[in-house]
Amino acid sequence: MQGENHPDPQDSVSAAKPQHLNFINITDDSENKGTIKRHKDIELSVPIVYGTMAFYLGRKASESQSHKWTVYVRGATNEDLGVVINRVVFQLHPSFNNPTRVVESPPFELTECGWGEFEIGITLFFHSDVCDKQLDLFHHLKLYPESESGPQTTKKPVVVETYNEIVFPEPSEGFFARVFDHPAVIVPRLPAGFRMPTITPLYIMNEQGKGETKNHPLSQWYLNFSEADELLKLAAARQQVQAHIVKLRRQLSLMSGLPESSNPSSGYECI
Amino acid sequence: MDAKDILGLPKTQLPLTQDKKSRPQKEPQRKPDGISREVYALTGGLAPLMPSIDVSQLKKRPPSDEKITWQWLPFTNSARKDDLQLYHWVRVVNGIPPTGDYSFAKYNKSVDVVKYTNEEYEKYLTDPTWTKEETDQLFDLCERFDLRFIIIADRFPSSRSVEELKDRYYSVSRAIMIARAPSPGDVSGHPLVKEPYNVSQEKERKRALSMVLSQTKQQERKDAEVLAEAKRIAESRKAARAAEEPELPVTSHAGSESADRAVLGDTVSPSLNVQLPAAVVAPSTSIMADSASTLASLRMLKVYLRTYALEQMVQAASSSAGLRTIKRVEQTLQDLGVNLKPKVPTKAVCAEHLELRKEILTLLNLQKQLQYKEAEGSSYRDGSYIDTPGTPKRSQRGGDQDRTFVPDSVSFGGDRVGKRDQKRKGPGRLSEAPSSPAHKRPRKMKASDL
Repeated sequence: MQGENHPDPQDSVSAAKPQHLNFINITDDSENKGTIKRHKDIELSVPIVYGTMAFYLGRKASESQSHKWTVYVRGATNEDLGVVINRVVFQLHPSFNNPTRVVESPPFELTECGWGEFEIGITLFFHSDVCDKQLDLFHHLKLYPESESGPQTTKKPVVVETYNEIVFPEPSEGFFARVFDHPAVIVPRLPAGFRMPTITPLYIMNEQGKGETKNHPLSQWYLNFSEADELLKLAAARQQVQAHIVKLRRQLSLMSGLPESSNPSSGYECI
Repeated sequence: MDAKDILGLPKTQLPLTQDKKSRPQKEPQRKPDGISREVYALTGGLAPLMPSIDVSQLKKRPPSDEKITWQWLPFTNSARKDDLQLYHWVRVVNGIPPTGDYSFAKYNKSVDVVKYTNEEYEKYLTDPTWTKEETDQLFDLCERFDLRFIIIADRFPSSRSVEELKDRYYSVSRAIMIARAPSPGDVSGHPLVKEPYNVSQEKERKRALSMVLSQTKQQERKDAEVLAEAKRIAESRKAARAAEEPELPVTSHAGSESADRAVLGDTVSPSLNVQLPAAVVAPSTSIMADSASTLASLRMLKVYLRTYALEQMVQAASSSAGLRTIKRVEQTLQDLGVNLKPKVPTKAVCAEHLELRKEILTLLNLQKQLQYKEAEGSSYRDGSYIDTPGTPKRSQRGGDQDRTFVPDSVSFGGDRVGKRDQKRKGPGRLSEAPSSPAHKRPRKMKASDL
């Protein structure tokens, strides 16, 4: 797919702004043997949340099937991950039939019934213009709530989710062009004078909105991940630490009678 | 009179009871069946004690049908060159003496020392440093002493070193072998032909061995240290070189860095390619260089998780810190109420987290510096060498109020005060030492004032 993207207008763009569009030879196992142009100074990241949600089956529970659980990978803001991810392979405990489950379209999730907790392997495969390397994640399936508060309820599931971001440090031109305005992808501030490439995507993500999880039946249980909270805490912590550093520096300079050094890296050198 | 007379009991009972007594006395004195007398004697059995071995527990020899006798018979030894006939005990079974050679004859092994004729010597074996006489003597000794060169060297009439003798012997043997071989291919497999004796190498090797043997303990330790350093440098160079290659396996990185995995720091060998060396040997390598190269190696990856990137950067930043320091950083983070691994690892959060860690490192380093300075100052004051009147300069301000400052002090949030105080004993231990002179000081000044 990549090799066919060399129409003339592309070359003129590259001639005009050579610094953005660089050539990288891809010598690995992909079919096309041509060069792929990549954006070396743009980093695309896809925030995802992955985890499990387990419901106790209550009256319908049996010895071997006490819980109904779902393992999933969703966009952190519940956008459609299908633009980036081609398929997800969930590796279950060998006691399941066909423990290797492949989900080829969003929403990337799998629902099963069982009684045991185990580690689920989640492998993300990306579209060919995105990345030819897979990404492995692991998640421990939790069925039983932390607190032993009485009998289990069938109403509220046990939810464990992890937030993370998939980073593509040097996205290919095609990939960038396809997703730069898609809500599932975080695009940084583009360098000044950057010209949007005019490549028409060779395949369009059809059925717009199908892969979104905004209106997913389970979405009411999704956890919230707010970076603002964490940022605030970190900023407060940094302030405190910086204040102490200043105090210590003052003390040190008083002790040695030397003028304070304001070089922050001096702390490393002496030890 | 005797009670038995009164009762009218017969007197003849006495000899009967005496018999009974003597018999049980005799029993233990008999050797029990099943084990030989000597073995039984080991247990102290023949004395009139309770036997400690139960006879029924002893192994019974299987009854054999053969008739075994032992006979004093003559024998010859094929290993002997004379026909000496000696006698020994032989186990004869059913009247048939054993056949075969003397059982120890097979151990008479000897070395096949080459024998050369005079013509062969003239043709192949002449050597400027060796006379024919010496060579003949050497070979005779080799034959006599089975190539035990130490003995041969000792017995050799003119003083030659072991290496020289070995060299001469092996080169002669080699030459003869090659000369006698019908074709060179036949003998090329022989170890003597393939790898000839190397005198200089042998001398060097023995010298080195004796040096190692005579090393002092200190030298040994120093050697071990140097080797460890060299290994670390080599590994760091290898890792740095491997990190420059574009083809890097991503799968194992991302998998092991997932936040849900309990295993922390799971650096499998593929990730060694990307992970930067922890041991920085050259003191001038700054943290900045580590971070820069980590960034570069991250960019080499086609895809990675934000948490993985953060871990790499954290590792690079703490590469010069020891394990204890890293633990203290983590403790500080916890006291500040910050997650060791961010719950929402966005780019901004990760950057802040990294900066916070670096700042805590700076803080800890500054504290250490402060403590060192104070320790120095206090050793001055306790004044074994110098009687410095100017000590007041370093006194209270240097830190009584601030000296109680420790990272996990009360100023960092109000909760868990109790726990923190206990924990202060660990890292804060150093701060107690300098504070003790503080108590001594008033007394000292009084003494000097007098």
